[in-house]
Parts: sequence; structure tokens; C-alpha cells
Amino acid sequence: MLIGVALRSRKKPLYQVDIKQKELSLKNYGFYLEPINTEADINFKHLSPQLDAKLKNIEAQIASMGASVSIVDYDKDGWDDIYFTNSRTGSQNALYHNMHNGKFENVASKMGIADVNKKGSGVSMGAVWGDYDNDGYQDLLLYKWGKPELFHNINGKGFVNVTTGSGLPQWVNANSAIWFDFNNDGLLDLFIGGYYNEKFDLSHVTTTKVMPKSLRYANNGGRNYLLENEGNGKFKDVTKAEGLNSTKWTLAVAASDFNGDGYPDLFIANDYNVNELYINHKGEKFTEIGSKSGIGKIPKSGMSVSFGDIVNKGILGIYNTTITESGILMQSNNYWQPETQQKGNLYPKFKNLAQLAEIDNAGWSYGSQFGDLNNDGYMDLYVANGYISAKKETSYWYDYSKISSGNSSIIEDAANWPDMKGKSQSGYEQNKIWLNKGHFLFEDVSSKVCPHTTLDGRAVAMADLFNNGSLDVIVANQNNIPLVYKNMLQNANHWIEFDLQGTLSNADAVGAKVIVDWNGEKQIQVITGGIGFSSQNQHRLHFGLGKSDKVDQVSIFWPSGQMTTIDNPKIDKLNIVKENK
Amino acid sequence: MPWLTKKTTGYFQYVPPVFITLLLLVGQLNFGILDSYVNVIAAVIAAMITEILLSRILLGKWKNLSSAYISGISVGILIRSTMIWPYIITAILSIMSKYILRYKGKHLWNPSNFGVSWMLFMASLDVAGLSTQWGSNLFSLTVIWILGLVIVFKAKRLHVTLTYVVSFVILAYVRSIIVDDTFLAEIAPLTGPMYQLFIFFMLTDPPTSVSTKKGRMLVVILIALVGFILRLNNYIYAPFYALFLVGPIAKFIDMRMQANKTVDKSIAQNLPNA
Repeated sequence: MLIGVALRSRKKPLYQVDIKQKELSLKNYGFYLEPINTEADINFKHLSPQLDAKLKNIEAQIASMGASVSIVDYDKDGWDDIYFTNSRTGSQNALYHNMHNGKFENVASKMGIADVNKKGSGVSMGAVWGDYDNDGYQDLLLYKWGKPELFHNINGKGFVNVTTGSGLPQWVNANSAIWFDFNNDGLLDLFIGGYYNEKFDLSHVTTTKVMPKSLRYANNGGRNYLLENEGNGKFKDVTKAEGLNSTKWTLAVAASDFNGDGYPDLFIANDYNVNELYINHKGEKFTEIGSKSGIGKIPKSGMSVSFGDIVNKGILGIYNTTITESGILMQSNNYWQPETQQKGNLYPKFKNLAQLAEIDNAGWSYGSQFGDLNNDGYMDLYVANGYISAKKETSYWYDYSKISSGNSSIIEDAANWPDMKGKSQSGYEQNKIWLNKGHFLFEDVSSKVCPHTTLDGRAVAMADLFNNGSLDVIVANQNNIPLVYKNMLQNANHWIEFDLQGTLSNADAVGAKVIVDWNGEKQIQVITGGIGFSSQNQHRLHFGLGKSDKVDQVSIFWPSGQMTTIDNPKIDKLNIVKENK
Repeated sequence: MPWLTKKTTGYFQYVPPVFITLLLLVGQLNFGILDSYVNVIAAVIAAMITEILLSRILLGKWKNLSSAYISGISVGILIRSTMIWPYIITAILSIMSKYILRYKGKHLWNPSNFGVSWMLFMASLDVAGLSTQWGSNLFSLTVIWILGLVIVFKAKRLHVTLTYVVSFVILAYVRSIIVDDTFLAEIAPLTGPMYQLFIFFMLTDPPTSVSTKKGRMLVVILIALVGFILRLNNYIYAPFYALFLVGPIAKFIDMRMQANKTVDKSIAQNLPNA
């Protein structure tokens, strides 16, 4: 027994900081991402869902999601906190309160948002924070393979489950949700994306016909939900009325105004089918223009969506991850940049520039986020990779290929899928970190700026956790520990951050665009209520400025239609901007 | 699929290129089967230029370009890559195999089978094969099967297709017992576009198939058998590799046998008592 304990204790650590690599990274790139789970007292571990015995042959595949991360300053102390979801019945979610000293304390239980994976209610898949009642505190929407739940934040002191009577649907097998104000009425609305059809409780199924009918053209996924905030704690299902009738397998969603009409449009990343782009007609109706716009022509596995202005032209592009496995499935990730000036163009067209920028091939990708990791003034890109890391030197890809070309009646029945027998599939992949050098040039620094890890990355979030002007990276890994990377930034680059507070607009200013002009550069960022894959970044916006010690102008476009201009704002600090009433 | 253009006039001069173009357009317009038109256009142009150059340089004549056109389109459909060069190289390799890998003035490999197999095996970092459905529904499947069967029937190659399908199904059943997966999982690939193109076009190519009906049936049984073994060893592109391995050997043996027969006949004719 003692030998067993010794062997177990000698198990290879999940990550190891290589001092030489760190020094080289700091010297060459000016930053290093160092995992600080232990130092920060973050000991959360994600557990995958457990499914009905009838689905056991491919349980590892179906239950391959649920590790999520969202950033929130739930108590408004000016320091960002971290919320992780767990996905096994009886497991607990974790809210890590930032203690301001490099340490975090899990207060989820104390705050009433830990024990949320109870039998019969489904299991957590993700969480997004939004101040739906404009009381100044961000509330929690927990989406599940189960009943979505809404928790009202009581002045940062605790949460109350207000789901009952709120109008949220009874059951959604959701892997995505965002807060956004689709009709610009100053109240945050909700979009929840269905993945598996909502008629299934995957922990108790009566049929095994739960799978997509095609791996390229499936329309038998879950329905989506657009829930309008009525302002009294109630949400109204306006999905059909607004024209969002798709039942594709939605994995991610993000909102921003792509045509300059002031209303947020929706980009929906679908697995097993094309992506969709819904243009918002003044909050009254959405029109799907995926094919017309270019983004929805080729069916790929849409896994996540994130926004970034990679060339500092004030143009917001859309990064959408997919799956690439050499020799088997070459989808490649997309970076959709608007072809034309948005103003006055109701239906914008997009061009895929991922290959040009060489940010297309990542692996089996899930979450992605843009952020200036070295504050050089260009937005870098982090992509989480890896599907199922089970038995080493095994692969389920051959088995998968048998079924993937089959007729719909064969594919949709999980019973027909070959037993995984503990095999891996696109497992042990390293996450990608691409450093933006400007002018569509990215350098792959994945193995240079952080310890080598091969966990199955899912959600990625970026936040300035330590209020030091650098973006830290938090990655939620499936069935494993998350990795909280502290950005050891060591260069003299400048930065500026903005935290917006809406008054006429929704209090979180979700949908607001900020354009920073400096030294001939012009970068746009947008405040979102959830972005990536099952993730949410910090609320504040972070801009690196490089060596420039001055910002010429900042333009803020509020959802209400108001515009704020700030000349020469103070740099190397967080600027809190309140919308004029 | 040069067999469809064997006759340079009439039905087979126009039907095959039109059929494969229609197949491509219907697939693309309905299901977006291609990642980009540019790739397939590049493959077609590369195949045609290679055909023109090699036929002029090596054979000293102009060749009908229908065969190259069809090879180019097949390459455009059958491989997947995020870059354009694999489409061009595969098309060039396909046509080159016709002119370089020859025995007694005839090519041994089906051109697109050679190009596609070579690239899938040698350039797996950049190239993948067509492995997903076109729509996955019964209607598109039925239409493709009916059209395919009509074409092979007209070309008098129905026995090749049917023998292969029957062999595949039987061996799929055996495989399902061996690997303990469902019969439907083993048979599923046959319902996909990769196999449809394979059984209707590649397998039935006269220039690279043997001369007798029984021989052709035996060869496709062997191809199915080699494919079966490759599948047991987890080769996703087993049918292509099986044809790549079996087809040329069978053709070579057939040509030797035919040559011997001719020699025997001429000897017999020259005997004093003949």
C-alpha cells in the first residue's frame, strides 16, 4: 500500500514551470503565463456529466462539455472573481472571491450558488453574469443540460434563486447563453442556445436516437430561446416572433452590431452545420443572412465565437473555432472580417482571413479569446484545444469515420456508434497562443510562453485579475482542474482599461463599443454579456498601447445611441465611465 | 473516370462529364460539399494542363480532355485541404500516373485513385479525404444510387459494382462480429459519398480493369477483401488503398495472360498442321 501511495504521489504533475523557458519568454516576448492554482488556493476540479446507461458506449463523447468559466466582480469591490461550473449530479460549482492578495476563496456555498447540480434539475454547462434589473450588481444565469436557473444578486452579499415564475424554459440542453439588450430598451435580455434536443434528459433517456442526423447538415438539435426582459423579473419567450427558429446544434453565440444600425446582431456557431448570422431589425425581427454574408456557406463544426480587431483599423472581426485533425478532418478556424464599411450596409459581407493570418489550424478547438497579452497594442489570440484525452496512443477517429459518413438513420442512433472503449479522440492537444505582430502576422508561441499542458481545454476567459494592467488567462478544462494563468508581464508597454456603466443603456453597458485612437492606431472592442465557448470575460475592456504614452481619443458608442468622447484620457489605469443621462 | 469517355463520339462523349458536373453542382448548391470552388477549378485546370503537356511530349498527339476534366473534378471532390496546392498536386499526380506508370503502353492505376491514395498516405498533415455525408438523407442517397447504377449499367459494368457491394456487405457483417461493433456501423460507410464515387467510378474504370467479366468480379472481391483487412487495421481510406494495391497487380497479370494467349494463338496458327 505504501508503495502505491508513493507511486501515486510521484504521478507526473499536470504542469511544471520551466525556469529557463520562463526567462526566455520574458526576454523574447515580455510576458509569461504562469499557472497559479496552488498559490491562489484554487483547487476546483470539473467532473463530466454521467449519462443514461443506454448511452454508455459513447458517454465520453456526449459528456465532453460542461467545464466553463465566467468572470464577475459580484461584490463590486473592484477585483474580478471567477466562477467555474461543474457537471456531475451532486457536484458543486465554485465562486472564487478575489482576496486582493493573489489568493482566492471559494464562497459559492456561502453565497448560495454552489449546490446547483441537484438530481432532476440537470447539470451545469455554463454561466453568464448580467445585471438584469439594473440594480448595479451582476446576476447569474446558469445554463444547463437541464433547467436554466436565474440567481438574483443581493448587493453582493448573496444570491437568491428567482427562477420560478421568471419565464425561463423548463428544460434546455444548452451549451451557450448570453445577456444582451436586443431591443435597446435598457434591460438585458437573454439568448440561450440549445444543443441536444430539449425533449431529452440525457441522464434518463428512453431512446438512443439523440445524436445529430448528419455531421454536416443536422437540424435536429435543440431549439434556441430569445427571452425578452419584461422588467419585472420576468422573461418572455419571443424566439418565434423574432424569427430565431433554428434547431441546429448551437454551441456558442455572441452579439454585436455588425451593420452599424445600433442594434446587436447575433452570430451563432453551430456544430454539425453552418454558422448563422442574424441581423437585428431594430429589435423587432431578426433575419438570418449566414449564407449571404459569407459566414454560413460551408458547414463546419462551429465550436466558439469571439471578437477581435486584429489590425487596429477599428474593424471588429469574428473568430470562430472548428475542428482540424490532420489527415482526417481539415476544417480550419475562421476569422471573419467585414468586407465593407458597416455604416449603411444592412447586410454586411465577410471575408475569411484566418489562413492569411495563419490562425486557422489549432486542432480540435473549443473556446477562444482575443486580448493583448503583452500590451504591445495588438490583440493576441488564445485557443483551447483537445477533445477526449483518454488512453494514450489510442484513437477513436477510425470508428468515428465509419459512422460519420453514414445515412441519417444510422448516425442519429447512439446505439449504432462504435463503443469508445476508453479510446482518445484528438486528445492530449496543446492550447494555441498566437501573438499578434500586426499586419495579419501572428506568431505561434504556444510552447514558449507557458508550461506545456495537454488538458482538454474548453472555456477561456481573460481578465486583469490582479489589477496590474495585464491580462491573465483562465482556462476551464473538461473533467479536470482549470488553469489560472497569471500574466507575468515584464515590459514597459502602456495600457488603458475602461469600465462602463450604463444609465440610459443597460447598467452593464453590454453592447457598448469603445474605439481607442493612439499613435495612428485605432482599436475597437465591445462589451459582451458572454463570449467564446461557455465563457465570459471581465466586464472591463483592456487595451495595450505599446510604447505610446498617450491616447489621442476614446469614443464610446452606447447601446442607447449616445456617444461619449474622451480626449487624452489617463493611461496605465482603469477609467470608469458612466453614461450621461 | 476515363472509361466513360472511351468512346469519343455519341452518348459517352458527353454524358460522363455532364453527369459528374451535375453531381458536383447539385452537391454544392444543396449541401455545400466543396469548401471552395477555387480548389476544384485549380484541380481541373492542373489536370487538363498536365494532360495536354504529357500527351504532346510523350505521345506526340492531342488528347480528348474529358478524362482529365473528370479526374480534376474527382480530385476536387475526394480530397479536403485548407490549402490549394494539394488539389493541384493531386491532379498532376493523377494524370502523370497515366503516362509514366505504364506497362506495354497502358496505364495500370486508375488516375484519380493513384493521386488521391498517394496524397492521403504521403501528405496526411495537409490532406484529408471526403468522409462525411452529403445531406445524410435517404432522398439524396437514392438519387445518387439510381443515377450511378444507370451509368454503370449503360457502361456494362453493373456486375462490378454489384459484386463489390455484396462483398462489402458480407465482409462488413464478418467485421462487425470481429470488432464487436454493430452491423449498421460497419455498413455505414457504404452509404457515404466517398464509397459512392468509389464504386460507381473508380472500380469500374475499363482501362485499368481486367479483360474478362469473371476476372473483374474476382478482382473486386479481392479489393473488398484487402479493404476488409485494412479496415480491421483502422485505415479510414481503406477502399482507395485497396484499389491502389490490387488494381495494378490484377491488370498486370491480366495483360501478361492476354499476351501469352496471343502468343499461343499465333504459335498455334503457325504450326504446320494448324
